[in-house]
Amino acid sequence: MKKILLILSLIVIVVACSSNEGENNSDGNNYDRTALLTNWADNIIVPSYINYQTKVQTLVTNTNTFVANPTEVNLQTVRTSWLEAYKAYQYISMYNLGKAEEINLNIASNTYPTNTIGIESNISSGTYDLALLSQLDKQGFPALDYLINGLSTNDASIVGFYATNANATNYKQYLTAVVSKLKTNIDTVVTDWNSGFRNSYIANNGTSVSSSVNKTTNLFVKNFEKDIRTGKIGIPAGVFSSGVKYPEKVEGYYKNDISKELLNVSIKATQDFFNGKHFNSTTTGEGLKSYLDFLNVIRNGQKLSDIINNQFVTIYTVTNTLNNSFSQQVNIDNSKMIIAYDALQQNVIYTKLDMMQALNITIDYVDGDGD
Amino acid sequence: MGFSITKYLNKYSEASTLAFFRLAFGFMMVLSLIRFVSYGWIDKFYIQPQFHFTYYGFGWIKPLGNYTYLLFFISGLAALFVAIGYKYKLSIITFFLSFTYIEFMDKTTYLNHYYFITVVSFIMIFLPANAYFSIDAYRNPKIAFQKIPSWTIDILKLLLGIVYFYAGLAKLNSDWLFEAMPLKIWLPNNSNLPIIGSLLNENWLHYAFSWTGMIYDLSIPFLLLYKRTRLFGFLLVVVFHILTKILFPIGVFPYIMIVSSLLFFNSDFHKKCLQIISRLSNFSITVFENGKEKIQNFNGIYKTKIVFLTCFITFQLLFPFRYLLYPDELFWTEEGFRFSWRVMLMEKAGYTQFIVTDTKTKENIMINNSHFLTTFQEKQMSFQPDFILEYAHFLHDYYQKQGIQDPEVRVESYVALNGRLSQKYINPKINLAKENETFHHKTWILPFNDEIKGF
Repeated sequence: MKKILLILSLIVIVVACSSNEGENNSDGNNYDRTALLTNWADNIIVPSYINYQTKVQTLVTNTNTFVANPTEVNLQTVRTSWLEAYKAYQYISMYNLGKAEEINLNIASNTYPTNTIGIESNISSGTYDLALLSQLDKQGFPALDYLINGLSTNDASIVGFYATNANATNYKQYLTAVVSKLKTNIDTVVTDWNSGFRNSYIANNGTSVSSSVNKTTNLFVKNFEKDIRTGKIGIPAGVFSSGVKYPEKVEGYYKNDISKELLNVSIKATQDFFNGKHFNSTTTGEGLKSYLDFLNVIRNGQKLSDIINNQFVTIYTVTNTLNNSFSQQVNIDNSKMIIAYDALQQNVIYTKLDMMQALNITIDYVDGDGD
Repeated sequence: MGFSITKYLNKYSEASTLAFFRLAFGFMMVLSLIRFVSYGWIDKFYIQPQFHFTYYGFGWIKPLGNYTYLLFFISGLAALFVAIGYKYKLSIITFFLSFTYIEFMDKTTYLNHYYFITVVSFIMIFLPANAYFSIDAYRNPKIAFQKIPSWTIDILKLLLGIVYFYAGLAKLNSDWLFEAMPLKIWLPNNSNLPIIGSLLNENWLHYAFSWTGMIYDLSIPFLLLYKRTRLFGFLLVVVFHILTKILFPIGVFPYIMIVSSLLFFNSDFHKKCLQIISRLSNFSITVFENGKEKIQNFNGIYKTKIVFLTCFITFQLLFPFRYLLYPDELFWTEEGFRFSWRVMLMEKAGYTQFIVTDTKTKENIMINNSHFLTTFQEKQMSFQPDFILEYAHFLHDYYQKQGIQDPEVRVESYVALNGRLSQKYINPKINLAKENETFHHKTWILPFNDEIKGF
């Protein structure tokens, strides 16, 4: 009897102690999630943001020059800096965290096809607040695409909208407003990362649903599945519309010859993040790959990280056969788009299913009981 | 000497053991229902989802909207009455029915321990658990007995033994023993625990846990049965379940098992526990110490009861082996997986993309599962064929109402099981709207192309 009571009281003590488990000390052989998050924050996320911020700043400067002096030469400069910023954006689109999530940076920057009717009505009325949710599809890179590439088929008449058009002032104002909005958005995010968010991001190094590793990895997978596979390839190729193709729903539609370039940059950004590669450097640090390798994740006799990287190689091989313009590719030979879609889809499965399972990262936002 | 059934049926034991179990079981049920409600799970699991996964043949059991709260209240109240032994028969029947109803409302939340509770409460309907230390017997001394037939206690021990032993048998498979799967995937997730944390990444520890777990499950019923090893067995029960509680999100199950295993102790222990409780509540236990035996009247009804319970136990022994009637790998098809005490055996996850096609226009709709399912439902659906089929039928009905003509439903799906690379799961050419749930093998599950040897 006494022994049993002794055991029962032991239970109480053990349970009481186990419920306030020590938080995340990373000693011994444990995978160091703090090092992982530090590498993500300091060597990948923040540098990508800063690079994007610089590119957007150039875009702002060149736009100001163009607005002050609308010439075809100045329009070209705006276009070049727009494309550079658009490419830099592909490196940050997956970090829909913290401030970026709060201010809808992603939706505001890259919702396509853009709402041209809404843009025109904003311009003619001259009153709009781009911070409103209803305005998210009338701004960002696709809106700029329309404003600098899509107003007319020849450059002289595009310039005309900003020089001789009766509404030229409003056009200039809108172009400036859209570019400024990109800048305020990224400035807000960078400021937030530099003033405390970086530290709280790294400190949140546990394994719960709301932990940084969990959230970032989910966003990584989601970006690859929804924004890259579905948005850039699947929708234009008619995968989601029973074969009805949408050449006008490609990314960079008005410029038209950049959809492949933007796709490839975004895939590169995805792969670099997977490998923990420092931004704009050949150095690699902790990343999903090293996490998988630490856990010694072998599938069919091969490292899962190698399987995923090999699939990226396959993806590049396939996407390189595509036309620079996906609008044209869709019309000329859509089967190549479908092949590209399938290649991307395979890596969606490897990352979303096999990788998430191996890392034990839950996609479940209800913490129910298991058995 | 020989074993005589008549002799056994006429053997008597102290009623305090069963009364102790009734009290403990009832209170644990009250606490787990309160816990369930306090986590907001009624809303999350039963009110929010627009669609529920049902059990084959029990499609009529559905959540009751806001009355689901009432159902939980009734169940909790019944459990409380069981605990104190008030209107016992009515209370235990109410508890069994309401709890089973709750369990069957949506199979997304299926847990072996819910099934265990259903089976235990069903058997308790037939047991004289209110003969001792109950309001019923206190108010009506005629039904108060100090001794009751031994089988009424042994049947619960047997059931507990089945749960452990079958859970152990299920671990006798090549994935568990020779690959240390799925513990190899699960344990490293706890590497931030103090003291043992850093060990949880060690491969040898994954094997050690797998093998000890297997030996533990197979031997614990016997260790608890024999007097000499009982205390040691109970110590193992405590250590094992506390460890699983720390390592895995398994809710109240460990506590239920720990408390249930106290059933194996000598009746002196139960009596002493009840004495302590009675002293605390100013309630005298001596009323029940009347020395009376609940003499059985071997009439027709009683004999029917004994035969019925014997059949029920036989069913419990055989039912977990029904998987042998199905081809292909049990873990892959899950045909015969549930209700078989197969606990924590698989790390299985899936990916599904449903495609609905209009038969006439051939127009396709790609389904976004999150429009119809909660993340929890989607997760469970993605790797279980009966879920996939039921969801496909739901999509068929939904889109038919939307004006799609004779919708065909197909699925592109992948499943990864116990550390194998994901592979195609359901035949993508099959129109699932035309397939029906049966107890037959589902031919549209693609072959596993591997073998897991063992039980």
